[in-house]
Amino acid sequence: MDLEKLKEKLISIVPTAEFEENKQFLTAVIPSDKLHSLAKKLKESEDTLFDYLFCLSAVDWTTHIGVVYHLTSTKLNHNIVLKVKTTDRENTVFDSVTDVWKTAEFHEREAFDLMGIKFKNHPDMRRIFLEDDWIGYPLRKDYKDDVNIVEQ
Amino acid sequence: MTETTENYQLDQEEYIINMGPQHPSTHGVLRFEVSLKGEMVRNIRPHCGYIHRGIEKMCEKNTYQQIIHLTDRLDYLSAHSNNELVCLTVEEALEIEVPERVKYIRTIMAELNRIASHQLWWCSMGMDMGGLTCFFYGLRDREPILDIFEETCGGRLLLSYNCPGGVMYDLHPNFQKRVKDYIKYFRKKLPEYDALLSGNIIFLERTKGLGVLTLEDAISFGVTGPTGRASGFSCDIRKTQPYSAYSKVDFKEILYTEGDTFHRYKARIDEMWESMNIIEQLIDNIPEGDYAVKMKPIIKLPAGEYYKSVETARGELGLYLISDGNKSPYRFKLRSPNFINLGALASMVKDTKIADLVAISASLDLVIPDIDR
Amino acid sequence: MTFKFLYDFSILTQAIDKAITGSMSPFWAMITEMTIIGVLILAFYAVVGLYLVYAERKVCAFMQNRVGPNRVGPWGFFQTIADLIKLLMKELIPIKAADKLLFNIAPFIVIIAGFMAIAAVPFAKGLHAVDFNIGVFYVMAVSSIGVIGILLAGWSSNNKYSLIGAMRSGAQIVSYELSVGMSLITIVILAGSMQLSTIVEGQHDLWFIFKGHVPAIIAFIVFLIAGTAETNRGPFDLAEAESELTAGFHVEYSGIKFAFFFLAEYMNMFIVASIAATVFLGGWMPFHIPGLEGFNHVMDYIPPFLWYFVKTAFVIFLMMWFKWTFPRLRIDQLLTLEWKYLLPINLFNILLMALMVLMGWYF
Repeated sequence: MDLEKLKEKLISIVPTAEFEENKQFLTAVIPSDKLHSLAKKLKESEDTLFDYLFCLSAVDWTTHIGVVYHLTSTKLNHNIVLKVKTTDRENTVFDSVTDVWKTAEFHEREAFDLMGIKFKNHPDMRRIFLEDDWIGYPLRKDYKDDVNIVEQ
Repeated sequence: MTETTENYQLDQEEYIINMGPQHPSTHGVLRFEVSLKGEMVRNIRPHCGYIHRGIEKMCEKNTYQQIIHLTDRLDYLSAHSNNELVCLTVEEALEIEVPERVKYIRTIMAELNRIASHQLWWCSMGMDMGGLTCFFYGLRDREPILDIFEETCGGRLLLSYNCPGGVMYDLHPNFQKRVKDYIKYFRKKLPEYDALLSGNIIFLERTKGLGVLTLEDAISFGVTGPTGRASGFSCDIRKTQPYSAYSKVDFKEILYTEGDTFHRYKARIDEMWESMNIIEQLIDNIPEGDYAVKMKPIIKLPAGEYYKSVETARGELGLYLISDGNKSPYRFKLRSPNFINLGALASMVKDTKIADLVAISASLDLVIPDIDR
Repeated sequence: MTFKFLYDFSILTQAIDKAITGSMSPFWAMITEMTIIGVLILAFYAVVGLYLVYAERKVCAFMQNRVGPNRVGPWGFFQTIADLIKLLMKELIPIKAADKLLFNIAPFIVIIAGFMAIAAVPFAKGLHAVDFNIGVFYVMAVSSIGVIGILLAGWSSNNKYSLIGAMRSGAQIVSYELSVGMSLITIVILAGSMQLSTIVEGQHDLWFIFKGHVPAIIAFIVFLIAGTAETNRGPFDLAEAESELTAGFHVEYSGIKFAFFFLAEYMNMFIVASIAATVFLGGWMPFHIPGLEGFNHVMDYIPPFLWYFVKTAFVIFLMMWFKWTFPRLRIDQLLTLEWKYLLPINLFNILLMALMVLMGWYF
């Protein structure tokens, strides 16, 4: 499916999707409440078949905090990038996509551990790298650690 | 025990043993919490992070030239590919075309690195299955590759040979001859590997049909590399998105459909043959020219988002880089193949025995620093 | 001829016996003799154990394109002695939650089993400590006591790894004991005796492995496999399975107690190899071919104890060769191999041998 059609398809599912400029991939910002249903549709519908989530990154844009999903279809060979954002830094919660792509389980635990993003309906929402009593989320831009990180 | 058992209810007769972080077959500081019923594995939960160094965070503070020396330390057995990824991303973002010579050198180096990595995997897999002799055979044949690296790069394991715009120094004059000699030597030695391990009935009995990962699961778990390809997931980045000189060479993507331990093993052995084919096609045709483009001492990428991936010995290593136009990246997210492959392990080992758990995790070829980053 | 005793040790042993009984009362003479024999066997046990470790390291180095130990003494000859001194001086780490008594006696049980078995082995003509009329049976019986030590070690360590290792070892030895026994019985049928000295004497014209041809060779192969399994050596080293259970049943042992297990493992290998050499390959009996008197006479010039050690060394080398070539089996495959293959083959083999002996089809 070419990019224009993919864009139309996406708008037909989520009318409020915004598109960002990107040379490489079609990038869409999705309202976070639509994420799970969109993910399911993108994976299951015949003309999209996004069956492979090859990267899930949590990003702190300082004003916003969010998750970037890189998707591709192994059968149709097209890519899409989905973004969800929120301004709520204290209690950042998104829907988990673990039931759609199993690989998300580890990715989401990593996002929780390092960026403090919680995922609803995740089967095992624990820290994955750091100790359970670690305070703060190191990859956030406002994370301060005077002992271990030397500011330049 | 407090956090580990809280979301998992133990059946009667079930008990938990800790495999790792100090255990001979986790190949590093990985810990499996294994629930067992007798010898049968009921469930495993991996615990990572024992050597979490925060490389992603460190990269956000460093310049692109400095980052090279950090990404070496991810998957130390594919150090070259890791560095190549950063360089490719930077070059793509700046729209720099590197000289042909650089592309050839990078491809040859990456393939040599892949062979060395698969050799180490082969010997440690043999060791995990109880055949200790494999370990020495593998290390013996890996040594000349490291010597070749040392001659050109100075490093044996962590090469740090790539830099944005090219490679750090030109090839050593002996390079071509030594590589050709080595390929000739290793073509004779690789069948020996088959004779020692894959021709052995005990080995076959212990690997065939075990730890099956179906194609759907492989895609859903995002399992890449030889592990994914043994399940029939065509995920070779060298084929799907050719970088460096891979578009100029003719090679097969190793694909099997069985997805069991034995075919993961087979896929890697076959990859070594393919790597040798690739090197042989390139080694005589390395074009003359510069070994690097002159770069500014401080590289600033234009603001934006970049995603690039390369094929390391273990699968697709992806880099999602967000730049805000400064000298260091704003966000440096690595999609490390081992971390993702580890996610699939629990589903593969269910209802096997402890010995199978060891064999299956060996066939995934996990490198712990790449999991933890 | 002054070195005549080399060919028949009973000359020497009887001379010593005469000297001792002549100089003290019969009671004290017996005590003295027993002490001498005990000390000699103990010394022999330690030296053989140490040098088997050395031999294993050299053989495995040879298989793996390495040099092996080569620093302590010429060709590293004193390496294992240095290792022993190190192990002797190492701290014995006490395990808090262990069952102290069982934990401490386990290594001794293992080593005593080996010690008892070795007493019945005929090393050369007239050179063995005891010569029971049920020698084969005795050796089988005492060598299987060792498994109790392994089970105790695994259980009392209070460690899950060692418990799994011990349980594996129990299942393994109980199963393979059958095959060891059955394959020896095959030869006992041929020899018509269980006394080890009679078995050796019975091979004066031809070794049993040649005399009994097909069934004897089958029995020898089965004995080698089952014997390797009995000694917990690779590819049957599931009880210690380094890559799975770290060290299996002896994971909590340190210092000299660990050394006991280590030594016992090598001694068990030696015992299995000596039994194989004695029962199948003629023990100290030189290689004779009926009808070739000149050849037999030349063979007789090689002292019996040399024959014995060369044969034992050959079997030991075979066992080391297995270990360094094969990957390890899984526990279910191990039991399948025994109960589904070795045992039926063995039972059939006994029938075959009995038929052969009845019909006089042997050489």
